[in-house]
Amino acid sequence: MHHGVDFKVKTALFIDIGSTYTKAVAVDMENEEVIACAKSPTTVMTDVTIGVNNAIAKIKEQTGIENFEVFRACSSAAGGLRMVSSGLVRDLTAEAARQAALSAGAKVINVYANKLNAHEAAEILDIKPDIFMLAGGTDGGNSEVILHNAKIIADIPLVFPVIISGNKAVADEVQRILEAGGKPAVQCENVMPEFGKLNINPSREAIRQVFLDRIINAKGLKAVQDMVQGDIIPTPASVIESIQLFARGTKRSLGMGEMVAVDIGGATTDIYSATNGCPVLSGAVLKGIPHPATKRSVEGDLGMRWNAQSIVSLVEEDFFCEYADVSPEKLRATLAKYKENPELLPEDEEERRIDLQLARQAAFIAMTRHAGSVEKIFTPLGESYLQTGKNLYDIQFVLGTGGSIINNPNPKEILSGVEATPKEPFALMPKKPKYILDKKYILSAMGLLSQVDPEMALRIMKKEMVIL
Amino acid sequence: MGNGKRLVIGVIGADIHTVGNKILDYAFREAGFDVVNLGVLVSQEEYINAAIETKADAIIVSSLYGQGELDCRGMRDKCIEAGIPDIPLYVGGNIVIGKVPFEEVEPKFKAMGFNRVYPPATPPETTIADLKKDLGIED
Repeated sequence: MHHGVDFKVKTALFIDIGSTYTKAVAVDMENEEVIACAKSPTTVMTDVTIGVNNAIAKIKEQTGIENFEVFRACSSAAGGLRMVSSGLVRDLTAEAARQAALSAGAKVINVYANKLNAHEAAEILDIKPDIFMLAGGTDGGNSEVILHNAKIIADIPLVFPVIISGNKAVADEVQRILEAGGKPAVQCENVMPEFGKLNINPSREAIRQVFLDRIINAKGLKAVQDMVQGDIIPTPASVIESIQLFARGTKRSLGMGEMVAVDIGGATTDIYSATNGCPVLSGAVLKGIPHPATKRSVEGDLGMRWNAQSIVSLVEEDFFCEYADVSPEKLRATLAKYKENPELLPEDEEERRIDLQLARQAAFIAMTRHAGSVEKIFTPLGESYLQTGKNLYDIQFVLGTGGSIINNPNPKEILSGVEATPKEPFALMPKKPKYILDKKYILSAMGLLSQVDPEMALRIMKKEMVIL
Repeated sequence: MGNGKRLVIGVIGADIHTVGNKILDYAFREAGFDVVNLGVLVSQEEYINAAIETKADAIIVSSLYGQGELDCRGMRDKCIEAGIPDIPLYVGGNIVIGKVPFEEVEPKFKAMGFNRVYPPATPPETTIADLKKDLGIED
């Protein structure tokens, strides 16, 4: 039943422009609930507002609401935010730069360590990054490499913005070199100001600002930016906001507790973890850089369609067939079909089992890479443990989001792929988590709502997420 | 107050003796050094990576459990490979097992590329004086 606009009821509309679909979520802010969800194909190749307006039209049809007081958007269309970064030592500033770019919601195409050479410069030109992040050296530490790299970057015959987040002692000089080469350059705090200390928030903010100032226009999103309130942000950045909020809560309200989220797409698998700092196993010594409290990882070789073959190869075909209870012939035929047409959905029971295993194994492999690991060493004074990365043993919740988990009849079977297993005795994966499902697919919308009213976003998530 | 010189310190190998490490950390800072302390269970690569990233002026290796000779072998070569061939390397603690006279121990570690080798119970002041001399710090 349609009804007229009631000015007392505050409503909000959130748009998520994805690479294939533009999704819209409408929220009744008085009753604090999701009142409508809709999607329409993304039209970034022609005019992105067509897809946005189609999705909005569906929402209006469902709700009868003409005007939404709150109206915000995020986007991962047109390739998302494609970044390349460089640092000095691979495990130190290069890794810190990668973590910063990932947590800003970027798609990290490549990370370089040490001095760039001509071959790598050609690679970067080929990649055509949306943003380059230049790190290297602690404050007052090595300056030679970042200065060298600034010169190489400056000489690349392509204009792209550069964020300088390395040794502050030479940041001004680095900026002059880059600007002389025609690259818009912004300085921010060092991503590793002191040895072993990770400082990613200033870089995240700088990336977000550059995305807003330069990338939105370049990606044809300007018209949408003019329609909505607030800034368009990269979708993964919005998802990070909501997971962080859901796990940690606000100053006033408690969150759910430490949490991992899993999103398995057609081409990639994203894992997020929101913890209190970088948890270390009791009695272990942490080696390498501490990973960020809210960490995102993206696996470019794990996906339900474009990377289905890669999942099967990693698991090994005979094991995969055993898990899915299908013959190798059926598996090969199904994968060939998906390769031909990635839009296809499973058509029979066996194909449904293959899809379930693809998702479960993608979750498993992605988790082994996201989680930290521990190594037992024997010292003359007894056993000791060396840990790298985050200890996720004690994570309370694992949240599933994204089409391939939400629409699967057995999401828990997929998500439990992230649990600690004797197969990976050194991986610090969740031991006994509870499972939650983002049934209505509202995570990115809640990240946008949290910019307006975090308390409400938290309450709505607590209400709308389904415990499995 | 600082003297502008940076030291990377830590206890090498499968060694978890932490007390001496904390004393050195304190003594070096008091003497005006900027200290990057890697703590215990430190691998050769960790010292070297930290020294590269922070452009450290010297690496001070401690070993208290007697396996120093095994743990330190090849460290100078790795520094050369990593592009910091001339960084001063110091080592001290109980660096070998048993009652081997120090006159035999010192040349072994010098041959491995360590610039300074210290016997057990060396006071931090000795090392600090050597650092000042080697790094050209005026008192």
